Amino acid sequence: MQIVLKGITLVNPAQNINEAKDLLIKDGVIEKVGDILEEELKESKVYDFSGKYCVPGLYDMHVHLREPGKEHAETVETGCDSAAAGGFTGVAAMPNTSPCTDSAEVIRFIIEKAKDHLVDVNPIGAVTVGRKGEALAPIAEMVEAGAVGFSDDGTVVKTAAVLRSALEYSSMYDAPIIEHCEDESLAGGAMNESFVSTQLGLPSIPTVAEDLIVMRDIIMTEYAGGRVHIAHISSKQSVEFVREAKKKGIKVTAEVTPHHFTLTDECCKTYDPNFKMNPPLRSKEDVDAMIEGLKDGTIDCIASDHAPHASEDKEVEFVYSPNGIIGLETQLGLAVSELLHKKHLTFEQLVEKLSINPRKILNLPVPKFEAGEKANLTIIDTDVVWTADKSEFKSISKNSPFDKRLMTGKSLATINNNKMFFEGEFREI
Amino acid sequence: MPLTSKHLLGLHGVPREDIQMILDTATTFREVLDRPIKKVPTLKGKTIVNLFFENSTRTRISFELAQKRLTADTINFSTSTSATKKGETFKDTVRNIEAMKVDMIVVRHQSAGVPQFLTRISDANIINAGDGRHEHPTQALLDMYSIREKLGKLEGLKVCIVGDVAHSRVALSNIYGLQAMGAQVSVCGPATLIPWQIEKLGVKVYHNIDKAIKESDVLNVLRIQLERDAGVSIPSTREYHKYFGVTKKRIDNFNKDILILHPGPINRGVEITSEVADGPYQVILNQVTNGVAVRMSVLYLLGTMNTNNLR
Repeated sequence: MQIVLKGITLVNPAQNINEAKDLLIKDGVIEKVGDILEEELKESKVYDFSGKYCVPGLYDMHVHLREPGKEHAETVETGCDSAAAGGFTGVAAMPNTSPCTDSAEVIRFIIEKAKDHLVDVNPIGAVTVGRKGEALAPIAEMVEAGAVGFSDDGTVVKTAAVLRSALEYSSMYDAPIIEHCEDESLAGGAMNESFVSTQLGLPSIPTVAEDLIVMRDIIMTEYAGGRVHIAHISSKQSVEFVREAKKKGIKVTAEVTPHHFTLTDECCKTYDPNFKMNPPLRSKEDVDAMIEGLKDGTIDCIASDHAPHASEDKEVEFVYSPNGIIGLETQLGLAVSELLHKKHLTFEQLVEKLSINPRKILNLPVPKFEAGEKANLTIIDTDVVWTADKSEFKSISKNSPFDKRLMTGKSLATINNNKMFFEGEFREI
Repeated sequence: MPLTSKHLLGLHGVPREDIQMILDTATTFREVLDRPIKKVPTLKGKTIVNLFFENSTRTRISFELAQKRLTADTINFSTSTSATKKGETFKDTVRNIEAMKVDMIVVRHQSAGVPQFLTRISDANIINAGDGRHEHPTQALLDMYSIREKLGKLEGLKVCIVGDVAHSRVALSNIYGLQAMGAQVSVCGPATLIPWQIEKLGVKVYHNIDKAIKESDVLNVLRIQLERDAGVSIPSTREYHKYFGVTKKRIDNFNKDILILHPGPINRGVEITSEVADGPYQVILNQVTNGVAVRMSVLYLLGTMNTNNLR
């Protein structure tokens, strides 16, 4: 079967393309870029996306799919559904599953679960066995099985010695070590340490808990080699450390979540557990530093840290509530609203942060708009105004602080693996 | 005139008029407690649940007694007998209790913010009996009542809160309440026991107990939580006592009257010596008696208010 996407503007900074051209897609492969003939139109199902953007399929390099282990909160399938609905054609799945994703078997299990989906799932393996920070997990075997990076996310790689080994070992495969940067002796609080935490009487996590590890990791990467990727950066000082490290040519990259460039710790004043995450929401100064870091390229990409929790687990006392929020279906809207429309980033930059850079960090091919290439794309309307409604989310879990938030910009359709998500449902193409 | 809120979640943002009314009404109930028959029918037919998710002796007994003096029907729920041990969520527990038609909930919980959380899942009047290290409004109200009873006023007084301010739920409530009433509040303790940026609340910070004594009219001495702090926040209770303990000698140095409060339980010989705790300037047991009157006042004002037109 073949389809034509009509009226679109193709934007792919990786190819230096920004032009209005239609796409003819046949059996999931791009047949033609522009110059589509009348008879080809007649033979195709035509989707009119006049005035909308078509970009290489968005990629979220930090999601928790919860399978295996917590299938009541999310599964590989429902997480992928959520990704597709949010405009993403690929995700990297974090290894804090149960059992832990610290073996080739679990890597293969996750890939198998995702194999028929529109959304590509690239598993991240644990750095250490059981994410315990002691012995290295079988990194080579996991690479062979399909792992694209390694992380003990949820916790830091506990010791400098293990981090050193992990960096050296993973450098053989050019796979990044993705770090949850938090000094464990300063961890355990429920929100950012600030005047607000004093007012709320909540145990707190200082920004230095992050800064110390970011600096440790940068120093170690410079010394030992390999690549480190700072997950969910949230502190102004950490952004400054990354900025300086990049100037020195150290192989460090960083991601930021939409909530860390949108919300501040003032939100915790409601004691709504949907504002509890780790790293916690920080101050206005930190939020401004995230935007600055995105603008000058210190922060390479945007990732959701999609962390589904069932309501019976999440909707409890603030201190006991598990960290994290879902984000796949609000990420693009927040990025467009807060970064594009507020003129912090151009549309091309936004595409780099949401599609191209995360793939580059994980050594994944960037989709191209060329005849013969697989169609892997997202159609974006940057001007549509909509209200997030958690009851419509595809994710099983509903733990979002952005429910009822008015946003501008959203994905209209995603296409990948010869499938299309459009108007709320999947269809074969 | 009724209070401006149907709940007492804390003293943050509570207007001076409300605090004044609670304290004035407490004076009336304080007089009831000296009668041979210490009971009034004010809350007859009202059902109050005391939801205590954390161990408490004096606060729970004080609330229960206040409720009985007002002829309310009282139910006690504490963690040792609770369904939460059986895996039920907090939300389900509360909804089940509320389905039995209760009018007011008095709640004590280790997690800050639980009283606010309760207002979202229950229609009852919520009274905070201590949440995490956040607030403990009735304790602050009874502290203010006791100061006013002894010194005749709150306006213009210099009140210093001494000790483990960082882990205290009493400190913030006292700061908010006393400031609303026109008092000047300071805190005194080792830097590790003073919360982050507390000076932004308009609170002076002392690290020298002698200076704090010299410049204050009232000391509210907080308990040093032995199990929590020794070794992490302070080197030892011995060192704490040496540099921050409230002793007779330290008070006598300044040859002045100073009022001593302590919310209890007291660690004698740590934050305060027995000489001071039992001495002429303290009102520690008055605080306990006044606590019942203040809690009667709060229960009465919230339990009998017309719930229309409330924020």
